[in-house]
Parts: sequence; structure tokens; C-alpha cells
Amino acid sequence: MTTTRTAGRVPWARWLVRGLSIVACIVLWQLASGLHLSLGFVTFRNVPPPTEVLQSAIVLLKSPKLLAHVGSSLWRVFAGYGAAVLLGIGFGFAIGRSRAASDLLLPPLELLRPIPAVAWIPLSILIFPSSEMSMIFITFIGALFPIILNTVHGVANIDRRLVASARSLGGTPAAILREIVLPGAAPSIVTGLAIGMGTSWFCLVTAEMISGQFGIGYYTWEAYTLQNYADIIVGMLVIGLLGMGSSWLLTTLGHYLMPWRQPAVAR
Amino acid sequence: MNIRISDSSTRSVGRICVERVSISLGDAVDAFEAVRDLDFAIAPGELVCVLGPSGCGKSTLLGALAGHLPVTRGRLAVDDQAVLGPSSDRGIVFQQHTLFPWKRVRDNVAFGPKMRGLGRSERHRAADEILRLVGLEGFEHFYPSQLSGGMQQRVEIARVLINRPRVLLMDEPFGALDAQTRSMMQEVLLDIWTRIPTTTIFVTHDIEEALFLADRVIVMSARPGRIIEDIRLPFGRPRRAELVTEPDFVRLKRRILDLLRQPDSPEPLARLSPLGVR
Repeated sequence: MTTTRTAGRVPWARWLVRGLSIVACIVLWQLASGLHLSLGFVTFRNVPPPTEVLQSAIVLLKSPKLLAHVGSSLWRVFAGYGAAVLLGIGFGFAIGRSRAASDLLLPPLELLRPIPAVAWIPLSILIFPSSEMSMIFITFIGALFPIILNTVHGVANIDRRLVASARSLGGTPAAILREIVLPGAAPSIVTGLAIGMGTSWFCLVTAEMISGQFGIGYYTWEAYTLQNYADIIVGMLVIGLLGMGSSWLLTTLGHYLMPWRQPAVAR
Repeated sequence: MNIRISDSSTRSVGRICVERVSISLGDAVDAFEAVRDLDFAIAPGELVCVLGPSGCGKSTLLGALAGHLPVTRGRLAVDDQAVLGPSSDRGIVFQQHTLFPWKRVRDNVAFGPKMRGLGRSERHRAADEILRLVGLEGFEHFYPSQLSGGMQQRVEIARVLINRPRVLLMDEPFGALDAQTRSMMQEVLLDIWTRIPTTTIFVTHDIEEALFLADRVIVMSARPGRIIEDIRLPFGRPRRAELVTEPDFVRLKRRILDLLRQPDSPEPLARLSPLGVR
């Protein structure tokens, strides 16, 4: 590439290359599945070609099932992730600001943290009578730890000269929490929210495959058991789109809430 | 409140008393005495520079006056009120980077009035007024990171002085600036100090800076910091840049250089800050 870099604007030639790269991937996929490519350790014999996947996607788009699946997945993420955000930021603030809270809360959290959220699935099915609740719980657990840890990190690493300045300017403890600690920890909290969002979706899809009746993870797994192979890939693409959408939402929220941070330079 | 503002303009508030003060820092095994047996008073309206080698505890003293560090022995008082903790009566300006990065210049300056419960339009008006005084008209909507180092320190000074404190404590406020900006800021400070007369303690290790700014220079020894000289300067005001080449100035500079010339200590001492050990 010999195009000159201009701040903020990417030249059309680079967009062309980016677009061609995606087209090339789809063409390779089409060739591999069309030719039933088999390399011994991996085979494309059962992989549906893009054309077939497109047809299945159109069918799903037109059916009312899409709304039911996507709707119930979104609801579970909203509930589980939302609870994790409230609890995680609350715990994170307490642990980061108070030694007593840190001694009280941190040991059990440190013990539970290394357990992958997916490993909670059997126990949560036993604990919660409704499978709906158990799936929300898994989503919650997945997001909780990254949010807590990043909040603690952000809160504990506030420059103490900023807090001292605020106190010398007449700031009360409550005002310092609101005006100094919260915005000071915000970049770290948003990082935790983004990581938590990723693990949340990951956990949800897994939980739905095991115990769901609706939801996009369930749809994908059901497609496999019913041998609708094209639907598997449609499900995967929808999961990808939902993940992309929610992380876009968080990035936008971050920019909106933290205007003092320089926007990242496009590369 | 009104009484105090008119008082400060007639220079009758802001008397600082430091009575036999010693301050120890560090925990248990690592504890050490940063300053020992300091004893002096500063009259209302005076501008006093504290000079001393690195690590001598001059910033520690400043932190204690601001109320961020407890004294181990002795008593600190401003206008006969003992210093027990931070207060907007005793404003402190650090070396650099203590503006709130997420607040625009105007909201940084208006922080004190906001804490006092002033309404938005009222505190913004007060902030704009003092920003004009420090020469930052037109920068109200900038974020701190968009300003140069010198401009950031002007905002720091405005943010403290908007509270009309009894005393202004400055910890090497121009130490991170280049030489040219630094001497410009010294003149800016004197100009502001003339318009808002406030008892000021200015900590520095730059002898010329101390001589150019102060009514009085207090020289401290290496750790544990003690006062080794208390010099009242004979220079009139307003001060001009040419002052630094006058014979009296050069003579005093040489005298202080001699005072500060110490045998090298076996190991370099850790730097101290107004908040304790770095």
C-alpha cells in the first residue's frame, strides 16, 4: 500500500481491499463446500455453501421464529448482564474504597473467580427450578468477575493527588466519590463492561444449547440435531451480529460518557 | 463569608503559626523523621519561599499545613485555628497534573463553589471572572489535556483562589515547566498575588525563583529538615525581570548557595510529597 494516510479518513483504495478480502473469504468457502473438499483431518463435505446459507437466512428473516429466538436471548442477556453491571460496579466500588469491604468480599470472590462460568451450568440447573433463571444466572456469572475486577482496578488506582486536591477544595466524601472516583474509574469500568459483555454472550449461547427452549444458541444447536446444516451457520452469524451490536453499543456509550478522552485514531 | 473576603483584602487574615513541629513519615520499621522542630510564624499577606535540598521535608511541611499529613509533635495553626484536616481555607497547588481531566477548565475552577452549594450560573460566572484574571479568557470549554503546562498551572491557581483561601500553599508549582514559561509564570503569580493578596508559602529548590518571588526566604537543611536561615529580602515591589542581575540579588544568591552546599549524603534520599513518601 502506498496510499498516504490522512487523519480520520481512510482512502477508498483501502476500503476496496477490505471489501475484497471479505469477498475472497466467501468465494473460498463456496469453493471448499462446492467441491466437497476433504483434507483428511478436516472435511467440508457437510458444510453448506454460502448460497444455501443465504436462502436459510432469508427464510428465518421472514419467519416469526426469529423474533422469538433473538428476543428471548436478548432478554436473558439484558437481565443477567444488567444484574452483573449493578452488582459488579457496586462491589467493585466497595472493595476498591474500603479495606473492610475488601477483606469481607474479596476472599470468596477470589475463590470463585477461576471457575469458568460454563462449569456453573449443572449446579445452576439444580439450584434454579426454572431453566430460564438458570440461563440468566450463567450470563450473570460470566459478566460479574470482569466487571468487579476492572472496577476495583479503576477505583483503587485513582491518583491520590486528585482526591487530595478535591478535599482541599472543600469536597465531601460523597462528592469525591461522585465527582472524582466515578469519572476517574470510568475508563477501567467500561473496559470491564466490554469484556463482561463478551463472556456474557459466550455463556448464554452455551447455556441455551444445553437447557434452552428458545434463544439463538438453542436455535443453532437444534439446527444441528435436526440436520439443518445451513441453519447452524445462520445461527452463528446471528450470534456474531448480536455480539458486534452490543460491543458497538458499549463503545458508543463510552465515547458519549467520557468526552475528555481523545478518540482513538483510525488505523 | 463576606467579612472574611473584605478582611483578606486588608491583609488581616492568613497568619500561619508553626510551633515546634516535627513530622515522621513511613510505617514502623521504615519510619523516619522528615522535619524536626520547625518553629516560625508568617504574617498575613506575606509571600514566603521555602528552599531546601531534595528530600528535606519542605513538601512534607506543606502537606501538613494543607491537612493531608498529621504532625508528630507540635502544633500548626492558621489564624489561631489548629490544622486538623484539609479545608478550602488552605488551598494547595501541586507540581502538575492535578486538574480533574474529565472536567472542562470552567468546571475545574468552579469545583470549590460547587462544593459550597453555589448554583450553576453563579459559580460559572465566578469561574469566568477569575479565569480572566489569570489570563485564560476563551479557554473555559477546553479540557485540561488540551492546555499547555503553563496554562494548566494558571487553572490550578484560579481553582484554588476562587475559594478565597486564608493561605495559598504551592509545592514547586512551576517545577515541571521550561525555563521561559517558568519565569513568565512567576510574573503571572506576582500579578495575581497583588490583586488577590493572600498569605502564600511557595516551596521550591530554585534559588533564583525564591529570591525573585518572596518577601522572605526560609532555608532548610537536609533531612531531618530544620530551619537554618530565615532571610527577609530587601527588594521592593513590583519586581522586574532585571532584578536577577542586581548586585544585592547575586550576593543573596551566593549566600544561599553556600548554605545549601552540603557534604554528599551516602545515599540519595527518596523524594517526599505533600501526601507523604512517594
